[in-house]
Amino acid sequence: MNLRRIGMSLIAPAIGLFISLAATAVILIAIGASISTVFSSMWNYGTSPRAMSLMLNLATIYFLSALAVSIGFKMNLFNIGVNGQYVLGALAAAVVASNLTLPKVASVTITILSAMIVGALWAGIAAWLKVARGVSEVISTIMLNFIAIGIISYIIVRTPIGTETSLNIRGTKAIPETGMLRGVAFLDPGTPIYGFFFISIVVGIAYWFLLNRTRFGFDLRATGKSASAARTSGVQSNRMIVVTMLLSGAVAGLVGLPYLLGDTGSYTLQFPTDWGFTGIAIALLGRNNPLGIALGAILWAFLDISSGQLILEGVPREISTIMQGLIVIVVVISYEVVRRYQVKSEQTSVAKALEKQEASV
Amino acid sequence: MTYLKSRRFIGAAFTAITMLSITRTITGNGDLTSTVTIAQALVFASPIALAGLAGIWAERAGVINIGLEGMMILGTFGAGWAGWQWGVWAGVLAGVIFGAIGGLLLAVAAVTFGVDQIIAGTAINLLALGLTKFLAILLFTNAPGGGQAQSPPIKGEIPTFTIDSIVGPLTTLHEQGIFFISDLAGIVAGLFYNLSLLTIITFLLFVMTSYLLWKTAFGLRLRSAGENPWAADSLGVKVVQFKYAAVVFSGMLAGLGGAYLSIASTIYRNGNTAGRGFIGLATMIFGDWRPGGTAAGALMFGYIDTLRLIDTGNQNVKGLILLGAIILFAIGGIMLRRARRNSAIGFLILGSVMIGAYFSATSFPPEVAQVAPYITTLLVLATASQNLRPPAADGVPYRKGDHH
Repeated sequence: MNLRRIGMSLIAPAIGLFISLAATAVILIAIGASISTVFSSMWNYGTSPRAMSLMLNLATIYFLSALAVSIGFKMNLFNIGVNGQYVLGALAAAVVASNLTLPKVASVTITILSAMIVGALWAGIAAWLKVARGVSEVISTIMLNFIAIGIISYIIVRTPIGTETSLNIRGTKAIPETGMLRGVAFLDPGTPIYGFFFISIVVGIAYWFLLNRTRFGFDLRATGKSASAARTSGVQSNRMIVVTMLLSGAVAGLVGLPYLLGDTGSYTLQFPTDWGFTGIAIALLGRNNPLGIALGAILWAFLDISSGQLILEGVPREISTIMQGLIVIVVVISYEVVRRYQVKSEQTSVAKALEKQEASV
Repeated sequence: MTYLKSRRFIGAAFTAITMLSITRTITGNGDLTSTVTIAQALVFASPIALAGLAGIWAERAGVINIGLEGMMILGTFGAGWAGWQWGVWAGVLAGVIFGAIGGLLLAVAAVTFGVDQIIAGTAINLLALGLTKFLAILLFTNAPGGGQAQSPPIKGEIPTFTIDSIVGPLTTLHEQGIFFISDLAGIVAGLFYNLSLLTIITFLLFVMTSYLLWKTAFGLRLRSAGENPWAADSLGVKVVQFKYAAVVFSGMLAGLGGAYLSIASTIYRNGNTAGRGFIGLATMIFGDWRPGGTAAGALMFGYIDTLRLIDTGNQNVKGLILLGAIILFAIGGIMLRRARRNSAIGFLILGSVMIGAYFSATSFPPEVAQVAPYITTLLVLATASQNLRPPAADGVPYRKGDHH
């Protein structure tokens, strides 16, 4: 039975992957590209040590973003605001870290905490609006994303916090080397794996533990399955909403840090601002399960990185974005189809069992 | 329009113009109600309004459409590509068709397969973004005047109308600076200055929607699919067909909004929508899932955007701050009369803060105006969300005979 369940949970993503690969092949044929060249170019470049290192780094970012989203999902809260939460968190971290002259451990810890606090506070606005004013978090977090971008561009363009960085774009002043978390190079000597790669594994385990081994996690999952049943059994739903949003925001605050502390060392106007949406997609693929999310993040990062040299074959690298979109939509649909099939087959097997009983009576 | 409704509309318009006029008089900034400002605000507001209207169609039939942004993106691309190839009207048509394809995809995922609607919409946004960037590189890179991220110019122009006999005298009247009269003159003149045929079409689509959805049997059936699809089904309404029709039409409207954007900037450009699909969604909620309120929300966004972008002496944003303060005080006053003390105090405090800001600073950075519409939306939602009434079965997946 257990094997059957595992098989069923794998069949949906498998179908999804297959269909989206087929659809991608159709697109490639339509533009007159050679399927085998494209796929082998992606595979060959994607499995090179350098690309694998880049992939793990990117996957770290995606993993954290998807975890932040999925904490909310577990309770039917849709945190579209990871974008706003992480850019503000990263900016706060950059400002704090660049002003610290402490030993590495202390400096990085304080930096991480400040990013988490700022992310949580920004998410807290949406939580308050939902609990106290009944505003849907879907729309409030979208608004808060736009506001966050405005605040950041104000701070960097018009306050002394922003200066001209070495790359000729405005940003925060550089974080001293003691405040960085560059990581270690073990796949490719020139491309270190972010220190945050390991931190994100810890975060993933903590997420699993919190959700599956604590009272809070039980309440959270119960509220997600049936809010009314949870309320009846004594769960304070408003408190749960606030705590969940704060947690989600705190994890979201981490999303920009692997890149900030492992690479740029400064929050500039060119800091990516849409990793939150990627997180939503990966949380969907991974079904809010940390292992599933990790796999989804790696797949996503693989597509992003391995498409890097496709233009040499005359195919725009955006084919990977198309594949990602297709994978999400097809996988989500096939999850639903498989679920319906399961429900139906359960119903028939129960009906059969009942028939037998009646016959024997 | 019933007598009561038209009275309310005139009342709202009167109040809005009075507030604008007070602000204009205190600041002495004629730009706030000038012909050019209003005309430009209409151009900025229309795509957002179309996205909001698209949201109304889908959600009134019970399907949340987070994919508006993606459908708009498809519309911008369709218009850029076909407009460059065959002229501007082909562009409009292609924008609508591309948007419809996005809508169809959402309908298949959300209605046929019953996938969570927000999830399906998010996936469509992603897909649309990737597909358009991909196609842009393939189709536009080597085209004369095009590039990796933008199409060559769209051929031809949408006709625009300027009624000189109205605009001329009214603009002169606006320059006199008379309280209320001059502002009204500037606003009315703005409606007849460089008025695009697409804006007129947008307006007509709003009128058509109000009529179709609220005054016909078709509209009643469509809305019943969004309120209680099981009850509708028991009365013989073909719920799935209505949902399909509504969502595909929603995609067409969003696509038209996208086409409007491309045509207004004469090319397709990556990222031209800049979240306007989401903003349209906000205006729909702002407007309580109704055309009138949605249009008002879109106009607010368009107006603030215009003032920010034509701000030469950094004074427009300052004017907006004062306008915001006056509005907050007015709402605070209304709340006091309705004996909602806590809300009233909140508004009066916010209003005072803004008055303080107005008098303490000589100018404000454009970022203030950039975030103002979003903060306004949050404020509106925070104060009015108890009075807003979304369709009862909005976002609920429907399967025939599967009522829990």
